[in-house]
Amino acid sequence: MIRFLLLQNRQGKTRTAKYYVPMDDDEKHQLEFEVHRLVVNRDPKFTNFAEFRNHKIIYRRYAGLFFSLCVDVNDNELALLEAIHLFVEVLDHYFSNVCELDLVFNFHKVYQVIDEFILAGEIQETSKKQIMERLYELEKIKD
Amino acid sequence: MSTRLRELIRSVRACKTAAEERALVAKESAAIRASLKDAEAHYSHRNVAKLMYLHMLGYPTHWGQMECVTLIARASFPEKRIGYLGLMVLLDERQEVTMMVTNTIKNDLKHRNHFIAGLALCALGNICTAEMARDVAPEVASLLHSKNSYVRKKAALCSVRIVKKVPDLADEFVPGTSELLSDRHHGVLLCAVTLALELCVLDQAHVTHFRKHVPVLVKILMSLIRAGYSAEHDVGGHADPFLQVKLLRLLAKLGAGDADASDAMSDVLANVASNTDGSKNAGNAILYEAVNAIIGTESVGGLRVLAVNILGRFLGNKDNNIRYVALNTLAKVVAVDTQAVQRHRHTIVECVKDSDVTIRRSALQLVYALVNDSNIKTLAKELLDYLGVADVEFKSDLTRRIAQLITKYAPDRRWHVDTMVELLSKGGSYVAEEEARDFIVLITNSPELQGYAGRALFRAAFESEQHSNRFQLSAVAAWVLGEYGDAVVAQSTRLQGEVHTVIAEADVVKLLESILGDYHAPTAVKQVAITALAKLGTRFKTQTSAVRGAMGKVGTSANVELQQRASEFCGIFDRGPALAVPLLERLPPFVMKSKEALHGVAGRGKHEGTAVHSAPGGGGGTAGGVGDLLGDFAGLDDSVPSSAAAGGTGGGADLLGDLMAGYDATPGYAATPTGASVDPLADLMGGVSMQPTTTATAADPFAGGAAAADPLGDLMGTGAPLLAPQTRPQPAADPLADLMGGIAATPAAPPPMNAAAFDGAPPAATPSFIAFAKDGVEVSFVCAKPDPMDPSKTTVTATTVNRGGVPLLGYVLQAAVPKTMSLSMRAASGDSIPANGTVTQRLDVTNSQHGTKALAMRLRLAWNAGGAAVVEQATVDFPPGL
Repeated sequence: MIRFLLLQNRQGKTRTAKYYVPMDDDEKHQLEFEVHRLVVNRDPKFTNFAEFRNHKIIYRRYAGLFFSLCVDVNDNELALLEAIHLFVEVLDHYFSNVCELDLVFNFHKVYQVIDEFILAGEIQETSKKQIMERLYELEKIKD
Repeated sequence: MSTRLRELIRSVRACKTAAEERALVAKESAAIRASLKDAEAHYSHRNVAKLMYLHMLGYPTHWGQMECVTLIARASFPEKRIGYLGLMVLLDERQEVTMMVTNTIKNDLKHRNHFIAGLALCALGNICTAEMARDVAPEVASLLHSKNSYVRKKAALCSVRIVKKVPDLADEFVPGTSELLSDRHHGVLLCAVTLALELCVLDQAHVTHFRKHVPVLVKILMSLIRAGYSAEHDVGGHADPFLQVKLLRLLAKLGAGDADASDAMSDVLANVASNTDGSKNAGNAILYEAVNAIIGTESVGGLRVLAVNILGRFLGNKDNNIRYVALNTLAKVVAVDTQAVQRHRHTIVECVKDSDVTIRRSALQLVYALVNDSNIKTLAKELLDYLGVADVEFKSDLTRRIAQLITKYAPDRRWHVDTMVELLSKGGSYVAEEEARDFIVLITNSPELQGYAGRALFRAAFESEQHSNRFQLSAVAAWVLGEYGDAVVAQSTRLQGEVHTVIAEADVVKLLESILGDYHAPTAVKQVAITALAKLGTRFKTQTSAVRGAMGKVGTSANVELQQRASEFCGIFDRGPALAVPLLERLPPFVMKSKEALHGVAGRGKHEGTAVHSAPGGGGGTAGGVGDLLGDFAGLDDSVPSSAAAGGTGGGADLLGDLMAGYDATPGYAATPTGASVDPLADLMGGVSMQPTTTATAADPFAGGAAAADPLGDLMGTGAPLLAPQTRPQPAADPLADLMGGIAATPAAPPPMNAAAFDGAPPAATPSFIAFAKDGVEVSFVCAKPDPMDPSKTTVTATTVNRGGVPLLGYVLQAAVPKTMSLSMRAASGDSIPANGTVTQRLDVTNSQHGTKALAMRLRLAWNAGGAAVVEQATVDFPPGL
């Protein structure tokens, strides 16, 4: 199960944080700090996995942004790594060439994307096409 | 006037300093609060969005949480959506507010618009509490059958959350899950498999239920492998790898422990394992899961070979991620098939040195599992090499593992000694005391290696003189050099092929002196060193004056312990060799315990009161009645058989007791969880008079042989001329008694040296009274005030007499005192009482409220009489004045 998802930039600013387990605000900040410290200095040649407390962080870096998932130790790391990539592709499509600023100004939309992709800490939909369709439909209702 | 969200973000980003940002946020928060108060309905969704932004920046937003609840209850979709979003971001399941939304969510679940139902499901899936789960479970279960795939998949994942929160509800979801497992929609199928997996994890009964779906699952997986290209779910040439991975995972769960199910899926597993292309990450993810499934189920041999081969390929992969999963999976395989993994040993050992810590850690775990009799030499060398460069966080675990592996697989003792010395010099202070002790026990039991080990330790200690973490090595080296100094310098003990080192007596003394003179060395290490030095003083005839000189120097140490000890040793030397030589005699070999025995002792030691418990009477196990007499004698004296305990009663004035017992106070060296009977260092301390075994049958080094040279004999002998005059030469007793008289100048006299005086020893003993009597078991208490200056302390001697005809086995006396008192219990003199026999036990009670509150105590006694276990409880009525 995915325990939380973090989008952070290289300076450690959290751009999006989604938690699937309850946590206090202080705890969250501490955790975001620790995860950033853990992943930021790792060599690109290293594994994309790092042990973290009793769990595992699966992370991937895209330009200046780190996408980190905290998962259970016995989850399939490679599949989750692929999931991060799929998520980034969806974001890229949705914002058409996503950049960090898109995420800053449209953080609430990022949450929507996440909610269409992951639910209750499990992957919900793996078809990029379907996710995009849903997101456009949701946009339409808004207007 | 309310600003737009975009404006807010822009102005926050424009802030140059943190203070500026804080001021802006404070202003904005005030504006939002005002807007909430005025109930500006058309702004409320904007307010919640801003709150989410502020929350993300780390500012407090709890004051606005209620607004989410309001928004959720609105009718329009955009408002509802932002409300739910706020609910999920700002709140979590622990807040009371979530209670208030249950009803709204329940209504929304039934909403015609599937997007609204989707929103409600999404919120439930992310923040559902146990109570909510109970409330909405029926609705969610019915949504599993919804016509809309969007709702079905969300409902399935929502159910995962619900059954996790309330496992009792699982049965409600089983039929729906079964139905969804044959769904045609990929997303729904993925979620259904996830739900089925969760149900299987919760209850084994569900595993049996879902086993009948194995053929369907196999078919789906097969069609995924055979399917041609479909743009929608394709990832790197694989059709929906996520679904494949989940399916494999469920199959592994269903196949585990069931040969039929495993058989049904073996074809598809073989297919996946051999046909999946491993050049991309997605393919490897599938292969990895397939390997897991093959290992987890009852697969046939051929399939397993295939799986291990895949892992071998993974290990050779350049991508660290792949190597990492290979290492982790091999760790699972090693338990079932070591041979298959051994083939990859070299690659694995290489991984231990990888630059990536994640890889290193996994590889290390695997290497531990791979060690066996045949490869211990190479692997121990690799591990020791690695110890030198390992991260600090690994070191203590690594040293412990290496020590365990050495002990378990060492091919011969010489290699064992070599490797342990290397471990001590490389691992330094990371080597646990327990390992160091075990090593000493080994050396004491290997007479042919004592000189060799001493030389090796000498070299290592000499070379590591500048290392900051050398003290564990110093301690062991000092101990061994002290005990076997004569063997170390003797050339006759040289072994074939040993490094040629000539060590002079002076060198050994110098090394010990340097430890004593080292400002950084812990007191515990120095204490070992000073005892070693004293021992060498009697053994190295040429070095007596050097030792005296060094002692004299320590005699002025600022550390009271060391100072006292040095002075005491000087005192002993002053008395001449008649006393010093037998007193500083070499210790007998410690009893080697197997690991199991160690644990057994540890378990028993738990309900015995003190860390130091030598068997009374056990020390006097001479042939015939003398031992018994001595044992009785020791038993009479409130179970203080060892001088260690005597030191306690003597208020620190008793020289011998102190000398021996002093070490007990050394932090970390004496207080061992495994109990003193296997603790060589504690033995060293209690050493001279304590026999390190609890069994009376064990060979007794003190009593067997030279009685006159036997310190225990002396000690006991002086005290018991009546008991065994024929075996205890009087002269040996005299210097000791002299010494006592000479040095112990405190009025609180040490335990007097004859049996008659012994009876009168407790200064203010009250007459005995019966604390408990039932069924022929009688416990009498004798209370004494050990310290006339401190009336709060009471020493209670509990003597249990068995007046019944049946021997009592497994006798345990336990006592409890109120919180205002503290109690420490010494070991009982035995755990079985023959008919008309006695057992004594000493209890030290300190009453912090002496004078206002009387002593109080509850007893719990347990024994086994003639096969029947008896447990009794009693409250003790102490006579007034205590």
